[in-house]
Amino acid sequence: MVDLKTASAATTNSMSASGAPVLSVKNLEAWYGESHILHGINFDVNAGEVVTLLGRNGAGKTTTLKSVMGIIGKRTGAIRFDGQDIIRASSDKIARLGIAFCPEERGIFASLDVRENLLLPPVVRPGGLSLDQIFELFPNLKERLNSQGTKLSGGEQQMLAIGRILRTGARFLMLDEPTEGLAPVIIQQIGHTIARLKKEGFTILLVEQNFRFAATVADRYYIVEHGKIIDGFANAELQANMDKLHTYLGV
Amino acid sequence: MQALYAQLLVGLINGSFYALLSLGLAVIFGMLNIINFAHGALYMMGAFCAYFLLNIAGIGYWPALIVAPIVVGIFGMILERTMLKWLSGLDHLYGLLLTFGLALIIQGVFQNYFGSSGLPYAIPDELKGGMNLGFMFLPIYRGWVVIFSLIVCLLTWYLIERTRLGANLRAATENPTLVRAFGINVPRMITLTYGLGVGLAALAGVLSAPINQVRPLMGADLIIVVFAVVVIGGMGSIMGSIITGFALGVIEGLTKYFYPEASNTVVFVLMVLVLLVKPSGLTGRTT
Repeated sequence: MVDLKTASAATTNSMSASGAPVLSVKNLEAWYGESHILHGINFDVNAGEVVTLLGRNGAGKTTTLKSVMGIIGKRTGAIRFDGQDIIRASSDKIARLGIAFCPEERGIFASLDVRENLLLPPVVRPGGLSLDQIFELFPNLKERLNSQGTKLSGGEQQMLAIGRILRTGARFLMLDEPTEGLAPVIIQQIGHTIARLKKEGFTILLVEQNFRFAATVADRYYIVEHGKIIDGFANAELQANMDKLHTYLGV
Repeated sequence: MQALYAQLLVGLINGSFYALLSLGLAVIFGMLNIINFAHGALYMMGAFCAYFLLNIAGIGYWPALIVAPIVVGIFGMILERTMLKWLSGLDHLYGLLLTFGLALIIQGVFQNYFGSSGLPYAIPDELKGGMNLGFMFLPIYRGWVVIFSLIVCLLTWYLIERTRLGANLRAATENPTLVRAFGINVPRMITLTYGLGVGLAALAGVLSAPINQVRPLMGADLIIVVFAVVVIGGMGSIMGSIITGFALGVIEGLTKYFYPEASNTVVFVLMVLVLLVKPSGLTGRTT
């Protein structure tokens, strides 16, 4: 299997040593034009954790990720990443601090072939995966290198969207609904990948509606509702919180 | 027959200018979403820049081929940073009005100082004279313009369609927000892209100086046809604008030989036909 050790060993994670959260979001409010979407979001992500934001459609999960990434026009509050306040930083600066984003719509470029899509995100720090390591995680990509990006199947596009941000050396990944609309066997493959990345020391902030999938990879959960975090618990407390969770998610 | 070949050559030369200009327009439109009506004025500035270089600084044609596009390109980048930048996200119409206004101002300033008549710009010594090809007489400078323009067009195509930098550019054309969220400085890329498009226009201006003389309104006359070329070719495609540029030049030339009365309107007739059949243009991408 893939030896990601070389990748993770190269970047001694300065964040994990300090004990402070890698990402700390306080009183985050955000607007799309006139509409006020987030009304004070508070949560932390520690180094090496997989944290999942759960919630219904339109609760504000995606907006939260986009606010961290700096691609929401108006946002207030405090977002600290790796000790730096990034609430006012532009998204290219935020990316260069080591945050990589895989959007819900995957963002595969139609005018680029698969290889160009893979190579598009610039390397922001040393220690990213090599192309060979990415191909070992997602063998399908290797066979489709010269295809147009959007000619891939949904599952392959998702692999491409995740694969290309692993090259950059960013150790903090934000994945927005990576399993949406995919076949169970592909969901499983993505689950394995996330588990593997976690083992290699990546920190992952996941947005999911598929709670069953989230339960296989997450360390902690936050529940988002009406633009606020209304609850949070660790994976170990999952069974005890099952009833509440069903009410929150309406499943 | 001599006359036919001569018209074909004129067509190819006009086609070279159409191609260089519509290529720049396509690149700018793709990245900035702006229909750059100032393109003709910037083309004129390229020719004037070569004229000033020669008559003030004594810098000749060959250095001017490089210096003028850079100088005018920098002027374009200043326009982008100070004015066009503020139009991002707005309707096409704003960009069109702003660049049209800029074109009028630039042309007005040059007319104020240089009138409307042409200033001569000599063909460089190396390219003077002509060759007898047997079936026609080929002025060397005109042959040079066609071949050099073609090379520049193909290099631009290669840069955009086949290099990493070009991939960034294409991606940013599709989804600038995401490209920026990957850590690429998209605003800087937009400025440089505008500079590239403007530089191509200025280069066409330098090439045209020895043929068409240097006049404040030289771009205003040309740009109307170039916009028709762009409409016919479709805004989305780089290769499309190159091929359409050369092809329409040739078609115009042929029309001049076979039916001279229509030579000034043939491009517009074609534009109407294309718009009726395929409104996105011959090579326009619909996605």
